[in-house]
Amino acid sequence: MTRSVIELPVTPDDRRIARLAALAIGLTLAEAAIPSPVPGVKPGLANIVILLVLLQVGWRAAAWVSALRVLAGGLLLGSLFAPGFWLSAAGALASLAILGLARFLPNRHFGPVSLSVLAAFGHIGGQLALAGWWLLPGAAVIKLLPVFAAAALIFGAVNGVIVARLLAGPASSGRQSGSCIPPSTP
Amino acid sequence: MATLRAGDVGVLLAGGGLVAVLTWWAWGGEHGDNAVIRAAGQVVKTAALTHAQTFAVDGPLGTTHIEIEPGRARIARDPSPRQLCVRQGWLTQAGQAALCLPNQVSLEIRGRTSAYDTLGY
Repeated sequence: MTRSVIELPVTPDDRRIARLAALAIGLTLAEAAIPSPVPGVKPGLANIVILLVLLQVGWRAAAWVSALRVLAGGLLLGSLFAPGFWLSAAGALASLAILGLARFLPNRHFGPVSLSVLAAFGHIGGQLALAGWWLLPGAAVIKLLPVFAAAALIFGAVNGVIVARLLAGPASSGRQSGSCIPPSTP
Repeated sequence: MATLRAGDVGVLLAGGGLVAVLTWWAWGGEHGDNAVIRAAGQVVKTAALTHAQTFAVDGPLGTTHIEIEPGRARIARDPSPRQLCVRQGWLTQAGQAALCLPNQVSLEIRGRTSAYDTLGY
């Protein structure tokens, strides 16, 4: 008999990213069940996970978790490669790009709230840019801009405060928050 | 570390400012829906500001080129000597107008409600 020839070594980093991505996907699914008055206005709870990964592990891991979340979220919600999936991907991409720049902001003055708000604006900016260019060319998107921007500001700030609290709080008090992201040794 | 740092407050204020500017820009004032093109006082074309298109209108001096894009319109080229209507640039708000008097061509933006009953030049 032939032995198995393909062996994919799994590093602890892979496991960690998979665990965090699963958390982000869970939040994405839970969020999809929340009814929203305006399609597209969502709290973006998965961004809490992305931000925690960015701040505790690094940007590369955050990008992995974000990509896996978009892909698996689309798979589980049945919207893979549908317009909504591409909007989500564009938002995640823009958000990651902005976070890639924003993480160099001086840590003393700019905390998780700044990163979260900037990421939320990136998310909505990427989505609306694609929607305006591809799905709804013309003036229709412009009329929706203030609604989406206000939602990004509010939810971004709230998520940022949550991230700041999770980071500041004692790591062992939460049932999951302590063990979820073990201290990394880069 | 404090939950809210100095820069965070700045980012939040900037975000609030951005929302306010976007609100004013998108909802303040009435954006035009149609472009009305006149030559020698007669309406020659009424076009909706929904998709990009161009028109060429002939006047006594030559041809005036009008460019329409989603939500805005302008005189792109005109033979008038002082180019006043070309330099007005893009028109977006209902009631705005660009007049190329030497060539007797005008471009006016109309909305659902007009801000003025009549305009005398």
